[in-house]
Amino acid sequence: MAKITYIEHDGTEHALDVKPGLTVMEGAVKNNVPGIDADCGGACACATCHVYVDEAWLAKTGDKSAMEESMLDFAENVEPNSRLSCQIKVTDALDGLVVRLPESQH
Amino acid sequence: MSAEANQNACVVIVGAGHAGGSAAAFLRQYGHEGRIVLIGDEPLLPYQRPPLSKAWLKGEADADSLALKPADWYGENNVFLRLSGVAERINRSAKTVTLASGEAISYDFLILATGARARQLPIPGADLAGVLALRTAADAELLKHALGLGKRLAVIGGGYVGLEAAASARALGAEVVVVERESRVLARVACETLSTFFQDYHRARGVAFELNAGVEAFEGADNHIRGVRLSDGRLLPCDVALVGVGAIPNDELAKDAGLATANGVVVGLDARTDDPAIFAIGDVAHRPLPLYERQFRLESVPNALEQAKQAASAILGRPGPAPEVPWFWSDQYDLKLQIAGLPFEADRQVVRGDVAAAKFAVFHLKGDLLQAVEAVNAPPEFMAGKQLIAKRTPVNAEKLADTSVSMKEVAA
Repeated sequence: MAKITYIEHDGTEHALDVKPGLTVMEGAVKNNVPGIDADCGGACACATCHVYVDEAWLAKTGDKSAMEESMLDFAENVEPNSRLSCQIKVTDALDGLVVRLPESQH
Repeated sequence: MSAEANQNACVVIVGAGHAGGSAAAFLRQYGHEGRIVLIGDEPLLPYQRPPLSKAWLKGEADADSLALKPADWYGENNVFLRLSGVAERINRSAKTVTLASGEAISYDFLILATGARARQLPIPGADLAGVLALRTAADAELLKHALGLGKRLAVIGGGYVGLEAAASARALGAEVVVVERESRVLARVACETLSTFFQDYHRARGVAFELNAGVEAFEGADNHIRGVRLSDGRLLPCDVALVGVGAIPNDELAKDAGLATANGVVVGLDARTDDPAIFAIGDVAHRPLPLYERQFRLESVPNALEQAKQAASAILGRPGPAPEVPWFWSDQYDLKLQIAGLPFEADRQVVRGDVAAAKFAVFHLKGDLLQAVEAVNAPPEFMAGKQLIAKRTPVNAEKLADTSVSMKEVAA
């Protein structure tokens, strides 16, 4: 299990054990964390699972694909550490990961 | 009841699909503390249907990954499940739902999320083994077992379900023929450019098409399908047939209870029916589309989620979610199709990008307003298009067609 901390826009923290193999998005949705809608269920088709990856974890979460990059390009409040959480696979190496959620997924 | 009192209200949800399951989850997210009963006629916990024709068929998804929430989530959140439960009757004055088992469940609020069922073909042989639909996990399991190297699949109906299953079946090494009544696939749901593109793409990957073709009967031996008899007399031999000819809303429960129905249960902007204690969400709802100033029934996950939020918000007296532009997606082979909006009253089309390179978008305009965009492997066109549809501001068609102008600039 990897401990992942999801921090809602209002500061509410959800520290969860997420099974490696799932995505960071699935870890949130399956635990009913508010603020990650994931309309498309992980098909990289909707950009409603936008998160900000804690700077310390950026390298470990890997690179964005061209598809993810172009979806994020049109999301709101995008920052350099923005990712679509459906594109980050959870591994043991991500134990301790911290992600913050944007104010809205539109 | 005040919003505060509603926090403890008993909410009964009929239908444990994507809409029903999500309604329970949003109620808890929004702080609802009362009893929630989730009634579903399938034996399974709420799960995602879109992967059934794609990842699931190809063996790339399992029951756990399809599940909306893990099994223990329901107990931990006091969501009482009545799986394999069939709701037979609503008594609106007593505020109860009666199950086929005879059990009557009381509600303060009732959410109907009964979905839609696969339309069947009323032709001889429709009840043969191997004549399948693709709506539920049980359907998908049957189809998966029937497919494999060298198996012959006949898809009846060139809609999204049929084409996605065709692509998955080819990946599994099956032979596939798609039989379509109209002159092109996706005739009801996509423009001609897209239809032609998808036909060519499938043909190049070994899928055969019978267009303008009626189906007379399914023929079999030993009670199992052996072929599809076309109206012109030809027999297409097959080992399994998938019928994907649309869905019918499960609105009988609502209709029998005297609620307004019209190709689905009629609801308002907060997903409420004409009974203030009853909501209808997801595939079964005939809902307002404010952007297009009309009522419509949508079959999509984003619609199920949006309406689940609307109903949960209305029950708890919170402001509803921001209105959404309806959108859809389909994955076939290495193609990602994303559609935003609906081309109501569109009077012209603008193509952007390169159809032959499988990277393009078709924009549908009504005057200079964007009504819809169909994007193939073109996320910027989809995302910017969706924003333009929501904005309702005039669009410059010349810029739209010009790939040297970025979509950022077009949408600015």
